[in-house]
Amino acid sequence: MTAIDVMLSAVGLVAVGSALAVVSTQHLVRAGLWLVVTLGAVAVEFLLLRAEFVAWVQVLIYVGAVVVLLLFAVMLTRAPIGRSTDLDRPIGPALLIGAGSGLGLAGLFAWVFRDMRVNPPPTGSAQRVGEAIFGDWVLPFEVLSVLLLAALVGAIVLSKKDT
Amino acid sequence: MNPTLADFGHDNGWIVALKVVGVFVFLVVMTLFTIWYERKVVARMQVRPGPNRHGPFGLLQSLADGLKLAFKEDIMPLKADRVVFFLAPVISTVCAFTAFAIIPFGPFVSIFGQKTPLQLTDIPVAVLLVLACSGLGIYGIVLSGWASGSTYPLLGGLRSSAQMISYEVAMGLSIVAVFMMAGTMSTSEIVNAQAKGGQGELFGFEFTYPGWYVLLLLPSFVIYAISAVGETNRAPFDLPEAESELVGGFHTEYSSLKFALFFLAEYINMVTVSALATTLFLGGWRAPWPITQLGPWVNQGWWPLLWFTIKLLILLFVFVWLRGTLPRLRYDQFMRFGWKVLIPASLIWILALAGFKTMNNENLPGWQRGLWIGGFAVILLAILLWPRKRPAPKLPLEEEVAQRPEGSFPLPPIDLQVPVSPRAKRITADREPVQ
Repeated sequence: MTAIDVMLSAVGLVAVGSALAVVSTQHLVRAGLWLVVTLGAVAVEFLLLRAEFVAWVQVLIYVGAVVVLLLFAVMLTRAPIGRSTDLDRPIGPALLIGAGSGLGLAGLFAWVFRDMRVNPPPTGSAQRVGEAIFGDWVLPFEVLSVLLLAALVGAIVLSKKDT
Repeated sequence: MNPTLADFGHDNGWIVALKVVGVFVFLVVMTLFTIWYERKVVARMQVRPGPNRHGPFGLLQSLADGLKLAFKEDIMPLKADRVVFFLAPVISTVCAFTAFAIIPFGPFVSIFGQKTPLQLTDIPVAVLLVLACSGLGIYGIVLSGWASGSTYPLLGGLRSSAQMISYEVAMGLSIVAVFMMAGTMSTSEIVNAQAKGGQGELFGFEFTYPGWYVLLLLPSFVIYAISAVGETNRAPFDLPEAESELVGGFHTEYSSLKFALFFLAEYINMVTVSALATTLFLGGWRAPWPITQLGPWVNQGWWPLLWFTIKLLILLFVFVWLRGTLPRLRYDQFMRFGWKVLIPASLIWILALAGFKTMNNENLPGWQRGLWIGGFAVILLAILLWPRKRPAPKLPLEEEVAQRPEGSFPLPPIDLQVPVSPRAKRITADREPVQ
């Protein structure tokens, strides 16, 4: 086990721990802040795996824009300081679904990659990411962008006043 | 001779420490200087002397202000969220300092016999780091607004989050053009790419174009400059702290050193976006054209630090100039400008630039190029000049009243004429010649 492995596991634990804090904290805005920690930890994981470009894009998009928008929406509607008592839902079904899918995915990955040895690829530069997206994965990329466009149009239609 | 990406990451521990301290000191001194500079320049624009009591020309004014702030009482509002209230200014300041790590100050210099580039560090995606830091810096403002537990700060925080996200998009798009021209995102490589002009060919004419991207990518520079002002919350885009509407905006409830940290972060952000503009568009630390004729020494050793600082100060002057000249925009005008003008304009510009680069790569003959460019221009003009839907004809008052929805009351027409004030009347009366 190398130093990188130890750090990967440690940062992974931070990510999982803060993800648990997101759903267990009773402070509404602090849940968003724990989400920042989770996504930041994932960015650090990317950095440790030498994917610099993806790591900074993760920070830029998820931490810098998505969660800020989320906090924006929370503050626009209600942003109580202190505990909220009305956030809890019955724990049974959530535990079943969350733990089931989490453990199931973990088990699946562990089983699929159990004998696999992956050599660390060269540093993940913007060029390699671009070649992969616009070379091998161009169709999924375009389909995704059409999906995003549809969501955008849908948002406009929903927010348009009936005339 | 010039530092490239491969030259970074080989420094001794103490050289790295020295550089970190150097950048820190540079930023703090620049902040103190910029506050004085801004007050002095704005004062001159308003025909008054400005600060002139502390030190020569009042240069120590901001130092005195900083010391005074440090000795003030640190007030914590009763309803505040204590942890986040404390964290917010720290986040702002840390992000502001971090972004400066990749700004190149100059070429190789020797520090106590060690040859090292005059730049803290460089990574292949350096410019993204600056954008990410400014993205994280939003948290400082949003959280300070929320954690204060008060209405004006919350409104200021909401405004700033919407504003900074919108203008970050425009800023990122304007930088994309630089990436496309330079072929890299590392700041030292971008400075190198601007060192020499290149050979271009348009309609059969060969010409040498200048290296600075401000000339080559002028639309990008304009968009960058506008969105940089929006991104740093400076006048005329200082809506998060609009004094006339929100008292002080997000930092209304802050006092003492925490307020000083916000102030520090704001001015460092100003310095950072100016330094990034220098690096990306104004040739970085390289001397401008007439000075380069003096000899090769102007781009060697410690001299580039001087050119870099001069370019920085000129850009900071523009910031102050804008503040001294333009009134604050209304919030809806500001957001409409960002989303409906800046972002589409940068998208079209990137598209045009990509098309031009592709034509260069494919080596198309001149007439085909003309065809493509002409076609693009025609489509663009058609979209811009497309006739708009005609507004519905304005009905006379009686018909409007008759058409109102069932059960509603007729509203008075909005045709209020503001009466002329008696004083203005008197002045006009005075001016009129008596018959």
